[in-house]
Amino acid sequence: MTALPLNVEALRKDFPLLTRTVHDRPIVYLDSASSALQPQSVINTMARYYETTHANVHRGVYATAEESTHLYEHARIMTGRFIGANEPEHEIVFTKNTTESINLVAHTWGRANLKAGDRILLTEMEHHANIVPWLMLAEEIGLEIRYIPVDGEGRLDLDDLSTLVAGVKLVGLSAMSNVLGTINPVTEIAAVAHSAGALVVVDGAQLVPHAPIKVTELGADFLAFSAHKMMGPTGIGVLWARKELLNAMPPFLGGGGMILDVKLDSFRPAAPPARFEAGTPPIAEAVGLSAAIEYLDEIGMDRIRAHELALTNHALARLDEKLGRDCRIFGPPAGADRGGVMSIAYRDVHAHDLAQVLDQFGVCVRPGHHCAKPLMRKLGVQATARASLSLFSDEHDIEVLIEGLLEAGRLFR
Amino acid sequence: MGDLDDLYREIILDHYRSPRNRGELESPPAHRVEGFNPLCGDEVVVSLLVEDGKLADLKIGGSGCSISQSSASLMSSAVKGKSVDEVFQLIRTFKGMMSIHEALLGHENETEEPEVIDVEKLGELAALQGVVKFPVRIKCATLSWNALAQGLDEVAAEAS
Repeated sequence: MTALPLNVEALRKDFPLLTRTVHDRPIVYLDSASSALQPQSVINTMARYYETTHANVHRGVYATAEESTHLYEHARIMTGRFIGANEPEHEIVFTKNTTESINLVAHTWGRANLKAGDRILLTEMEHHANIVPWLMLAEEIGLEIRYIPVDGEGRLDLDDLSTLVAGVKLVGLSAMSNVLGTINPVTEIAAVAHSAGALVVVDGAQLVPHAPIKVTELGADFLAFSAHKMMGPTGIGVLWARKELLNAMPPFLGGGGMILDVKLDSFRPAAPPARFEAGTPPIAEAVGLSAAIEYLDEIGMDRIRAHELALTNHALARLDEKLGRDCRIFGPPAGADRGGVMSIAYRDVHAHDLAQVLDQFGVCVRPGHHCAKPLMRKLGVQATARASLSLFSDEHDIEVLIEGLLEAGRLFR
Repeated sequence: MGDLDDLYREIILDHYRSPRNRGELESPPAHRVEGFNPLCGDEVVVSLLVEDGKLADLKIGGSGCSISQSSASLMSSAVKGKSVDEVFQLIRTFKGMMSIHEALLGHENETEEPEVIDVEKLGELAALQGVVKFPVRIKCATLSWNALAQGLDEVAAEAS
């Protein structure tokens, strides 16, 4: 293949974890869709924060408390700018992860705006994080949930979208499938949803870390994503929402930091985003997220996307060339609407056995149902072995993956 | 692939490829119990027929990885026709073999003294010993055994 857009050899030096070996082999990390690795700058920034600055935010007037508050609020601005938000200081809510961000929308916007008999529309390729909160709400208040079907190539079947969306109050969809790698036409779907009077909540966990996003063009009303999938730390997630929506939403968790005033018999909630951030927030994690965004911005999200697209196309071709019909990869063929996620079924070897053999080659993949059981049922498989790419992935990683798959084939022949 | 050979012994691969006692028994009179591993989606369906204090017949259904399915097949061969007491004894011995790492992982919930494991007594089941080197897979190996124990308990509860 032609040279990859990124200088992987140089970039790999930024990731200390890539220097370790597993079973005496160099680690081949193909599980960034589960959780990405952290560059040294993120690790150092968080350590430095604890070493020099740590104090609770929005409380003290001493120097480190002010610095800590500044760093935390600066992370909000950085995060908002990263996704092209107009007013980061009002529109970015820090949560625990993508799952909590979507739960926040269901609990607050959902309870305030949906009533028995209302309809919402999801897709068959959603992660459990964008299904279960709505099922829980449906159990509580009685909603009708419809689903946009997935077609034979792993894309959303939008033929009946205008029928499906009729009378719907909310459309929830993933920007990119964590199983199929499909990048969905969010903007197009959001336009149809909006013209039907529905709001749109987008699960950005997989796409935000791997492609440039501008919320002002995306068409979403809510966008959820996690820091740990974009080379930041675990424990912090993001909910972006339009300011007027957040302003009209009731609080999520109750406690310190989310109030204007409290009396023995009542309270007044603070303005967003504080309204949705009860208790001491993940401060060091926010600082780490800032460093991760700096790292990604320095490389450039469009270059990261170009690199992963080129490598995905190469990997799909190479897997086909070496393994042929023994290897089935779910999701669309190589192309612009596919991210670097490859769910593999190889011969009749179970995904756990594939992953176990691959581990002996130092290859980290994720076996299982990927928290998308309705989709797996539709695909007719119990589990797949998912290999997912990152900005430090290269052709050699794909060759080791193939070597491991061939060995699994020999073992289970 | 040294460790892998310990995990994927020939007996295990044989039981995976050609599972014994495959299918389901008519229920009733048989008792049916399902085991799920919610983390990975593996499932096993054990149908068992207890007559006169004996496990007169059992069949295994479901699907999953080589370890969960071969363990279920090996279990079915080992317990079929044995008295319920003997089956419980074997379940304890097998889980004892598997519990070494469970204890390390903090999943220990057995309050009894750990048994001295006589691997000889386990026969072909001893082939699953290699699983303890791969702690994540212990849950695969014990899935069918937990389902069987649950099934026998339920049968006993119904009878009393």
